[in-house]
Amino acid sequence: MNAPAPSLTAARSAAADGRPRLSGAQIVVQALVDQGVTDLFGYPGGAVLPIYDALFHEPRLRHVLVRHEQGAAHAAEGYARSTGRPGVVLVTSGPGATNTVTGIVDALMDSIPLVVITGQVPTHLIGSDAFQECDTVGITRPCTKHNFLVKSADDLAAVLHEAFRIATSGRPGPVVVDIPKDVQFATGVYVGPSEARALHAYAPQTTPDAAAAAEAAQMIAAARRPLFYTGGGVINSGPGASAALRRLAARTGAPVTSTLMGLGAFPADDPAWLGMVGMHGAYEANHAMHDCDVMIAVGARFDDRVTGRLDAFSPGSKKIHIDIDPASINKLVKADIGLVGDARECLEALDAALDALPRHARAHSAERLAPWWAEIAAWRARRGFAYRPSAKLIKPQWAIERLYALTRDRDAYITTEVGQHQMWAAQFYRFQEPNRWMTSGGLGTMGYGLPAAVGVQTAHPAALVIDIAGDASVLMTLQEMSTALQHDLPIKVFILNNEWMGMVRQWQQLLHGERYSHSYSASLPDFVKLAEAYGALGLRAERPEELDDAIRAMIATPRPVILDCRVEPTENCLPMIPSGKAHNEMILADDAERLGDVIDDAGRRLV
Amino acid sequence: MAKTDLDATSPALLSATASAPASAYDMGARTEVEGAATFAVLVDNEPGVLHRVVGLFAARGYNIESLTVAETDRGRHTSRITIVTRGTPHVLSQIEAQLKKMVSTRQVQNVTTDPNGVERELALVKVRNAGSDRLEAKLLADIFRAKVIDTTTTGFIFEITGAPAKIDKFVGLMAPLGLVEVSRTGVLSIERAAEG
Repeated sequence: MNAPAPSLTAARSAAADGRPRLSGAQIVVQALVDQGVTDLFGYPGGAVLPIYDALFHEPRLRHVLVRHEQGAAHAAEGYARSTGRPGVVLVTSGPGATNTVTGIVDALMDSIPLVVITGQVPTHLIGSDAFQECDTVGITRPCTKHNFLVKSADDLAAVLHEAFRIATSGRPGPVVVDIPKDVQFATGVYVGPSEARALHAYAPQTTPDAAAAAEAAQMIAAARRPLFYTGGGVINSGPGASAALRRLAARTGAPVTSTLMGLGAFPADDPAWLGMVGMHGAYEANHAMHDCDVMIAVGARFDDRVTGRLDAFSPGSKKIHIDIDPASINKLVKADIGLVGDARECLEALDAALDALPRHARAHSAERLAPWWAEIAAWRARRGFAYRPSAKLIKPQWAIERLYALTRDRDAYITTEVGQHQMWAAQFYRFQEPNRWMTSGGLGTMGYGLPAAVGVQTAHPAALVIDIAGDASVLMTLQEMSTALQHDLPIKVFILNNEWMGMVRQWQQLLHGERYSHSYSASLPDFVKLAEAYGALGLRAERPEELDDAIRAMIATPRPVILDCRVEPTENCLPMIPSGKAHNEMILADDAERLGDVIDDAGRRLV
Repeated sequence: MAKTDLDATSPALLSATASAPASAYDMGARTEVEGAATFAVLVDNEPGVLHRVVGLFAARGYNIESLTVAETDRGRHTSRITIVTRGTPHVLSQIEAQLKKMVSTRQVQNVTTDPNGVERELALVKVRNAGSDRLEAKLLADIFRAKVIDTTTTGFIFEITGAPAKIDKFVGLMAPLGLVEVSRTGVLSIERAAEG
């Protein structure tokens, strides 16, 4: 720590070719500015102090100080998902880097663009087990899209620009750039994004093959039971993809369902919307998946939570799989037609290919699809999300319905933790626009929602940002309340408090003979007092008649709020496709009495 | 209406699923035939790139039967990694797709399915023997065009190159003739030059 600190006042000597030479730390800051970054999430420490020193002099970059590096990664994810721009994280070496790993894996699983800059011990100490040293690139190699250890300040600018290019192009993902402290001090030549040479041949295909698109259009035009199955790829592609999806759904008359990750790409108020598909998805969506004749999968990866029993997955359908990642196509489910490319480009190519069909072939015939819609109407009439209302206890489903009713006219962004509350939020909060729903899908990270809300609110200061949380999840990253207070981020934490790890309790009830092993949230804190301790507003709703007023008070408060919503403790999240069962073997709330018998021994062994 | 549909589909469904896996978790139980494949992977020669490839195989549960790697184009900083693996056609196509997906990858070639692919391996084979075994070993080595690179009165070290099957065969023949140790390079591969 005795080395001289660099600063912008340091002499900028010019290299032979007239380019400015900057310190490594200045190069980092300059590259971030040139990449259009305005906000970053981080935590200082010994091995990144030179970069923090350079940040001190840079008014164009807003730094949000988190309370734990995992929070920085999730906040950056929330920022990225709500804006479509990459999230940026800055942390120190050793524990700073390892603490981000959960967030990095989360971003990898959900294809979220992150650039994570980690400090590293000086190059001459690497491998010596120095203080706060860890093999950051080794640890993060399997959990990033790509990562770099930068050993020369002259390489730094090109590496950082390459990191942004890799993180944001193709299938997005997290990129780690590990920068030893001596490289931050050393001077190097700075190059801007446009003049930086690409370091890899990496060039993902974004435009689909026209012949395949034409073939797909023919298949869609001939379908009698078509279905769009859309995923996070539609969100990642940008608002243009959602617009293209809406146009295509309208012209084909086909119903639309989506994965957890894809909610909002298609408006929930549209009559063609079937609701979410999958384990806790809509009855009508799962039956439509099972019985469709042409499935158009767009930016979705046939995750096990979606497909259920694979060999019984949509047995009678032809499948068109649109994905920017060629490795996703045919990975789990065989596609009859694979379209590799960006979701928007692929959907627009399908649109154009439909235009090119002969008139009789492309005419959208409501008549031809009428029997299909009649079947869907019958499934809808089954009311798969129905639950037994209560006058005495707040039903968690009802709490989400009221939250939606009271926030639907607002510019609302919803994040969640992981568990029952997450599924209820996905079932009952109705998303009309993309980028409004931030949840940990692939990794299922409890503790995601609160820091993600911090990130979303950073990007959208005037919006209403609500973390729909559970009492167990929220305690995993609760310290980020302090971040929200410090940075005037008026996030709302809406806790569905059932005093249980609800999803664990539900599985123990269904699969493990009601032996509730360590799933009761004993010794819960008083969330109202806890909110007050942080300087936030604490509210509580214990009875149904208190709920609306509490939600209104939460919305009206221009600072962070924790609302402790006490809900029915033993409510189960239904409907549900039990493990090892097919889409048309869902169990619904009204046959919940026989839950224990539905799942056989084989199913019990599945996750 | 929904009920009728279920009844209509379930018999077909049952017959189709009798031997198939019950869920994604049982995919390993698929009964497709496994085969060997050799992938030639051209990668950027940068720190950690071998770990990426090996890590990909480990993380996704693929086998590595042999692996060779060296820088092959100093000017373009590219290395060639040749991997011999086993899997069902479905797994092999996933391996190829996952290898291509790596940022450091420039090109992936399935040498086994490429009619222009050539595969060779080099092995050093140590035998200790005397008398008729010694003569027999030398005779077989001549037939296999193995070179003697070291000799003592009690043994040989042979150097043999060829397709992996040829080396397997030679090693098998040496086993009763005093085989002591084998060192193999793993498979190298290259594409035949275009004709004309």
